[in-house]
Amino acid sequence: MTPPETAVAPAAGSSPMLELLTGFISELRAAGLPVSLTENLDAMEAITHIPIEDREAFKYALAATLVKNNAHWRAFETVFEVYFSLRGAQYSLGGDHEDLPELDDDEADLNPEGAGAGVGGGSGEALSPEQLAEMLFQALQRGDDALMRALARQAVTRYAGMEPGRPVGGTYYLYRTLRNLDLDDVLDRLVQQARDDAPAPLTPLEERLERDEFETRIDRLKKEIEAEIRRRLVADRGVEAMAKTLRKPLPEDVDFMHASREELVGLRKAIYPLTRKLAVRLARKRRHGRKGPLDFRNTVRHSLSYGGVPVEPKFRYPRPAKPEIFVVADISGSVAAFARFTLQLVYAISSQFSRVRSFVFIDGIDEVTRFFEGVDDIGEAVHRVNTEADVVWVDGHSDYGHAFEVFWERYGREVGPKTTVMILGDARNNYHASQAWVLGEMRKKARHVYWLNPEPKAYWDTGDSIVGEYGIHCDGTYECRNLRQLEKFVEVLE
Amino acid sequence: MDHRFDSPASVRSRLKDVDYLSDDAIAGVVFLADRLGKPILVEGPAGTGKTQLAKSVAEILGARLIRLQCYEGLDESKALYEWNYKKQLLRIQAERNREATWEDIETDIFSDEFLLTRPLLEAIRADEPVVLLIDEVDRVEIETEALLLEVLSDYQVSIPELGTIDARQIPMVFLTSNNTRELSEALKRRCLFLHIDYPDLEREKEIVLTKVPGITDNLADQVARIVRSIRQLELKKAPSVSETLDWARTLLLLGVDSITEAEATETLNILLKYQSDIARATKELSGDTSGQRRPGVPRTS
Repeated sequence: MTPPETAVAPAAGSSPMLELLTGFISELRAAGLPVSLTENLDAMEAITHIPIEDREAFKYALAATLVKNNAHWRAFETVFEVYFSLRGAQYSLGGDHEDLPELDDDEADLNPEGAGAGVGGGSGEALSPEQLAEMLFQALQRGDDALMRALARQAVTRYAGMEPGRPVGGTYYLYRTLRNLDLDDVLDRLVQQARDDAPAPLTPLEERLERDEFETRIDRLKKEIEAEIRRRLVADRGVEAMAKTLRKPLPEDVDFMHASREELVGLRKAIYPLTRKLAVRLARKRRHGRKGPLDFRNTVRHSLSYGGVPVEPKFRYPRPAKPEIFVVADISGSVAAFARFTLQLVYAISSQFSRVRSFVFIDGIDEVTRFFEGVDDIGEAVHRVNTEADVVWVDGHSDYGHAFEVFWERYGREVGPKTTVMILGDARNNYHASQAWVLGEMRKKARHVYWLNPEPKAYWDTGDSIVGEYGIHCDGTYECRNLRQLEKFVEVLE
Repeated sequence: MDHRFDSPASVRSRLKDVDYLSDDAIAGVVFLADRLGKPILVEGPAGTGKTQLAKSVAEILGARLIRLQCYEGLDESKALYEWNYKKQLLRIQAERNREATWEDIETDIFSDEFLLTRPLLEAIRADEPVVLLIDEVDRVEIETEALLLEVLSDYQVSIPELGTIDARQIPMVFLTSNNTRELSEALKRRCLFLHIDYPDLEREKEIVLTKVPGITDNLADQVARIVRSIRQLELKKAPSVSETLDWARTLLLLGVDSITEAEATETLNILLKYQSDIARATKELSGDTSGQRRPGVPRTS
């Protein structure tokens, strides 16, 4: 497995390796990972201690010294792949270059006993689409990783239709390849096959386990295909350019309003640990933020051990009142995702508040607290809010003015000095009357009124946005485009 | 300094000898920690063997394990050292009748004899090999973290009355965190980072086989598969490795050699700790496919 190229990079000290690492680290920084100078030096030192041809060890050495947050692992992995497994021959670390012919040999060996299609010598071009599909099926069924890797390469060659220099992203090629392979159908066939092969009819449990196994294998295949496409793109375009196109925002930096489906899944996963952290932090802040009043009895009791001198004053445990939160959220199309995450976050930490009430509006307004009461699954409740709440008054275009007016009329007297009102929306009012006086009244009665806007600050008060008009009546307007900003805001809540 | 391990592979095999099944990442980071003389910050879901890793490493090195359990309100006198105040008082009283100068008494009462060592200082001063485990470091306040920094980066403790005490040997240090809050940059920078996630199917099966004597290969395989399947559901708390082991032991005691749906659903309360989770998993395992599944999302974390 040790290719001759390793000779050029025996240690981190030699310049090509050093150069590559420097590029790698600056790319990590560009992707948003906070890599400090010390960590950089640690990484350099770390790789001198491991056998450089051991790619896994090399990767973990870099990861252990450079990535200090598990949420950043994915970003690291992508950059690593681009820099170290897809590089040109001069940087070879003993990986794929040697793998290629080897695997093709494997494939040749496997063919006769495998599909029985009699394909010669591992030259992929000779495979017909049916043969490819059949071999893929076999590989998945047996969980044969080596064959799967080889077939992934074949599939990319055949279906992706990659052309040098074409300015198309990897996702396009991935989509084309996957569409041709039709993996959903393959999965069904695999399950069916397992069903047929079983001596006795499969119980639902067994069938489920079979399906899980095949799904995992198919996932692995997809990853392999994706990696293969990247590898080729890098060969075509060069490392730096490729790394740049693959750069994706970290989960906490994903913009709510423009998140792709995949990013939304990532966000949903990121929000749960975040809520746990926030709850702990808020609880601690509440307990330690200030001292309670002097506890006279306790002080006197303790003074006895010092002969009656109150050396050590004792204080009561502080028990500040918990605020009551009113969330008033615009759930019209443009800002729905933002409202959803904020509601989810607020309810997940609702134990930190004495009460949470939520209202949603488009041009009409409806209280939705009932959907959240006694519900375990907040995601489910939010889904019900989006489908069942009665929020349309006339035409289903945002009308903040009307919504606020109705809110004040119906619920205004319930706003009290303990209430913190959070208004979520982009304040794009479709040129209706603003009725900003409602917020003015609200502020007089409530403890705080905050406005959270998911739009970038530069767009505020452009077009039909009138956030400025509302903002003068609020205790604060915050730009809240991603989890990081949302988290920061929640910390100021009290 | 001589090193404790020759290669990541040797870490792995030695850990295996004490029944701790590691993977490339774990073995690699432990190896590096030894070579670079840096602490390891181990993070990951509860019950994936973070604390066990430190114990196992101590075992293979034949080292004493010194453990500092962190909690809210931990302070210097519990983590580093404390002066034995009562003993000092006694000493002063005993000196009263004799003619001793103030300086004498002062040097006297601030000497080693009156120092109570706490885990961090103890690890630093140990002559024999030790492994220091700082457990659940995310529980201390961010200000208290600073206490650890001197020990972690320079392996020394400064005591104003005595001066700086240097480590006689560099101990292996493990910090574990359940990630309930973000640790400070300063702390993270000083450590190697290791994230231990739920093991994959093969590794989990092997863990079951090693840790549950008498279990059949077939049953272990089924256990691992069902657990993987359950972890894919959206749950409040996914089953941890220790819960998997408890479940496997239970099934073994019940004399099960091939799990059926009924047996699986009846014993689910060992794997899952929330009623809503149990209800959901029961529904899923008994083949009711109307529930939500999320294909393509391997696990909730």
